Amino acid sequence: MAALSSAERAEIDAEIAILPDARSASIEALKTVQRHRRWIDDDALGAVAEYLDLSKHELEAIASFYNLLFRKPVGRHVVLVCDSVSCWILGNEAVKQALEDSLGAAFGEVTRDDRFTALPMQCLGACDRGPALMIDEDLHGPVQPADVSELLRRYP
Amino acid sequence: MKTPLTHTIRPKEPPLDLSQYRRTGGYRAAELTVGRTAPGDVVDLVKRSGLRGRGGAGFPTGAKWSFVPMGDDAPRPKYFVANADEMEPGAFKDRYLLEGDPHGLIESMILSGYAIGAEVGYIFLRWAYRLAYARLSRAIAEAREAGFLGHDIFGSGHAFDVHIHVSAGRYMCGEETGLLNALEGKRATPRHKPPYPQASGLWGKPTVVNNIETICAVRHIVFHGPDWFRELGANGGAGTKLYAASGKLRQPGVWELPIGTPLGEIIDEHAGGMTSGARFRATLPGGASTEFLTREHWDLPLDFDPVATAGSRLGTGTLIVMDDGTCPVGMVHNLEAFFAMESCGFCTPCREGLPWTAGVLRRLEEGRGRYEDIELLRHHAKLLAPGVTFCALAPGASAPLASALSLFGDDFERHVREGRCPFRAEA
Repeated sequence: MAALSSAERAEIDAEIAILPDARSASIEALKTVQRHRRWIDDDALGAVAEYLDLSKHELEAIASFYNLLFRKPVGRHVVLVCDSVSCWILGNEAVKQALEDSLGAAFGEVTRDDRFTALPMQCLGACDRGPALMIDEDLHGPVQPADVSELLRRYP
Repeated sequence: MKTPLTHTIRPKEPPLDLSQYRRTGGYRAAELTVGRTAPGDVVDLVKRSGLRGRGGAGFPTGAKWSFVPMGDDAPRPKYFVANADEMEPGAFKDRYLLEGDPHGLIESMILSGYAIGAEVGYIFLRWAYRLAYARLSRAIAEAREAGFLGHDIFGSGHAFDVHIHVSAGRYMCGEETGLLNALEGKRATPRHKPPYPQASGLWGKPTVVNNIETICAVRHIVFHGPDWFRELGANGGAGTKLYAASGKLRQPGVWELPIGTPLGEIIDEHAGGMTSGARFRATLPGGASTEFLTREHWDLPLDFDPVATAGSRLGTGTLIVMDDGTCPVGMVHNLEAFFAMESCGFCTPCREGLPWTAGVLRRLEEGRGRYEDIELLRHHAKLLAPGVTFCALAPGASAPLASALSLFGDDFERHVREGRCPFRAEA
């Protein structure tokens, strides 16, 4: 599915409409495609580049720059573990270990059942709730290592 | 009213909707100002209030605005950008305002935009702030519906609308010119200054970028006057400040207090002191990119000038507290690994120097360090100092490193001598 769907095009067009030119919508367009496809593969990147009249290389420079634009496959749910200093002080190393153990996958990998990808992230801006993590759009914290497997169970 | 920015915020409840906000006097300041007062008078009020940028730099807000070209021959459109990126590790104070007072932010953006003659406003929002996104989106829709945003706001003939850009995530987006590049759909690398954004900013047009807390003060300054705002401060400071604290504290959180409140009062009275078994050792007063303060600064008023005199920076005013059971080497390694990852790669000392620094710290923390490494780090902190790199990222990274080396040198040496981190249980 390389070509942009009509839904993707409509969402990108809505962004272009409030900007001075199409190329300024590049980040919004990549986010749109990611929302529909989970991650941005080479074909999707090419389709967006063509739609915005950018070269693939220009768009790749943008896509590879931002932490939350995924150029590799991710699972159905993305777990972002805050790796920032306050969460570190409050014991996030043990939470990260518990997460890798529960998932049976290292950070950045997709679990065998395609459910999860965990990524370390600085920072989630929840320093008063550390150690913190986000699963999809939900913020959780403080999280203890023993809580991790129960938390994951809520995301089938 | 001692806490104007937060007095309507109830953290466990949804924020005020438009009609509730109106009942507290909301949008009165904007209604009475837009089209009825000269924009220059708004700039003047903010100048006289003594308001300084709450994002970290402390630059006087009214002065920042006064560099925007005004009059009929000024370039158009002009832009007013609310920086809600808040990617500084340890900082979470703006989240409190974004979630708790969305209409207050919009009204203050209308007034700020009017002061500089801007037609378009952007809120540049950190991705992780999902709740803030939902609440801001709703408040913008309500304000548009009421005619407070759009082509003819308050029937004044003036246009001002607000859009949200949700960041795809990068620390450099907090730097104002990096943020402008991100809004233009580019990599968030810094731009050369001059030209300053006020003259040539977003898409080459006059632009002001302000921090959320700074902006939120504007409607109160316009409504109550600059003298009232000034008097909210303590120890010579002007206005209130959102302080926050995290670490091993009984009640980590955010509090609006007179700017100039002493360090010790924030930790003991507002954060409830340390958790049992933990003792205060030091704190980064304003996010990751500031120098450590210690016990000797317990009575130091946390305002821009006193903290600078003490050798650090107020920064964002969000304290990261280090207790006596936390390893200073491990903590600084965490910070430098962050800065190394977030370096945009645009200039060489930062791109190459930060990963190298983080690597040496990792070696020390893992017990594989040498005594020469400590000298190397001292030398390297100087190589990343202000004036050597293109923007403030690497100097920010060297601030906690250099101060940790001078304050906690013994801990660095113990890591080498014992060949392990003395703060970790023996394997």
